[in-house]
Amino acid sequence: MSVLIVAEHLRGELRPITLELISAARELEGPVAVAVIAKDPSALTDAVDVEGVNEILSVKVDQEEFENDVYQQAVERLIGQREPQVILLGFTVNSMGYGPAVAAKLGLGFASDVFSIDGAAGGPVATRAFYGSKVHAEVEFPGHDRVMLLLRPTAWPPAEGAGSAVEEEVSVSISGSLARHKEFVDVATGDVDITTADFLLSIGRGVGDKENLPQFEELAGKMGAILSVSRPLVDQGWMPNSRQVGQSGKTVKPKIYLALGISGAVQHLAGMKTSGTIIAVNTDPEAAIFSVADYGAVADLFEVAEELEKLY
Amino acid sequence: MCVKQVAVLGDEVEFTADERDVDPDYLDYALNEWDTYATEEALRLCEAAADGEVVVVSVGPEDAEEAMRRCLAMGADRGIRVDSDAWLDPIQVARALAEVVRAENPDLVFAGVQSADAVQAATGTALAELLDLPRVAVVTKIELGDGNATVNRELEGGVLDVVEVDTPALLTIQTGINEPRYATLRAIKQAEEKEIDVRQPGDLGEPAYQVKKMFVPPKGEGAEMLNGSAADVAQKIKEIVEEHTG
Repeated sequence: MSVLIVAEHLRGELRPITLELISAARELEGPVAVAVIAKDPSALTDAVDVEGVNEILSVKVDQEEFENDVYQQAVERLIGQREPQVILLGFTVNSMGYGPAVAAKLGLGFASDVFSIDGAAGGPVATRAFYGSKVHAEVEFPGHDRVMLLLRPTAWPPAEGAGSAVEEEVSVSISGSLARHKEFVDVATGDVDITTADFLLSIGRGVGDKENLPQFEELAGKMGAILSVSRPLVDQGWMPNSRQVGQSGKTVKPKIYLALGISGAVQHLAGMKTSGTIIAVNTDPEAAIFSVADYGAVADLFEVAEELEKLY
Repeated sequence: MCVKQVAVLGDEVEFTADERDVDPDYLDYALNEWDTYATEEALRLCEAAADGEVVVVSVGPEDAEEAMRRCLAMGADRGIRVDSDAWLDPIQVARALAEVVRAENPDLVFAGVQSADAVQAATGTALAELLDLPRVAVVTKIELGDGNATVNRELEGGVLDVVEVDTPALLTIQTGINEPRYATLRAIKQAEEKEIDVRQPGDLGEPAYQVKKMFVPPKGEGAEMLNGSAADVAQKIKEIVEEHTG
């Protein structure tokens, strides 16, 4: 199956999802082309020239950074020219801004947050989750010669190995960009850097109320841990973004990750699943966090926290 | 305001006879969490401008009006439901919404980034394409200007992209952008009286995908479970921590 991958980059660096997309494409056993859409594509082509890539398509545009309309027009042109059977993008914020628009306009088969692909039988069959990740489904694309798949970050390992891809420059004329990049803002780095901690005590929605936070801050201090949180606590404004573990926060890899009252949304797991030893406490025996944990306890986090207080 | 009533699956699950969906008896329903933030943002913008109307649109069966009433109770003015009981992919939902939204000629169109049940993050962006509107996905801040808006797009890894977008525009709204208000009992009662217009969908086109088979994910090796009382669990956690931090 012929595959077109759209590389992602930010501030001059290739984003890891690109190499993950290449790993996924290799499973489809077709020629793999990677499009690099940038002001200076040549600065990024070495980074995507890994084993399994046949062609690198350099698309020179005026914009240094991602803009929806630029990517949409470039990708539509590339699909028209190259006629790939499968178009792979990351299930990322950038792709969410133009991928579904391309699929709607060109009438492509489409599925997002895909974490497994079977390319053997006729067309691709993609696996994704439904109903809050509690069930999985194989989806197929009858009637579509071309299918766009947005792949879940960290679902495939990054591709490695020296490549020998052929480079080709593709010229695309871009007519206007209606949503223009101005600047990047790094969300204020807080008092601590959770990415360098050896031991994170991480709390989630299960803590219930803002008034309960000091108790866990104190416990973390006693245990020699740094306190981190899952997204809902940041959304509520209870904790700063700098303490957030997950895709939209920080990716962490401590020796110990102790998760109290975190159910384990996909985006959270992506940010902590490579931690050394993961211990999870949750009242829901079906909580997704247990699927990545080394040790789990179905228990009330407040009761366990109280007992831990006594031990330290 | 495009909103969705999402399905919530409990601890138990059975599938339909053709194994292509969950038996509806096992599902509960709620307003999509992202949509509460989007509704709040729409209400705040109208309140700040002391002008404007918030119209809630949704695609679904009559039951989906319950979710729409939640938005009306928060303060939205009226609703339009596109009647459909079928399994629709996000691009089909966008097609169902497009005609209705176009006819309203709104200054801004909001959708949640994604729905909690299907997590496709696609309807809003597809709808923008069908309406030929500028768009920004995953927005965490909006400042309205004259003929444009400056918005924050929340990227992965704690980076915000500040984007200037021409308006009218479609924005997909991320959780945490604001603190959604609670509806008072009185407002909930009043919302019952607000108008929800029902329309029939036009041609929704071929589905972008079809579910072949749904199944319960195979359990991995999983965690070693720590049993006993809370005190036992705490003691074991302490031992594990000591062993691995040494």
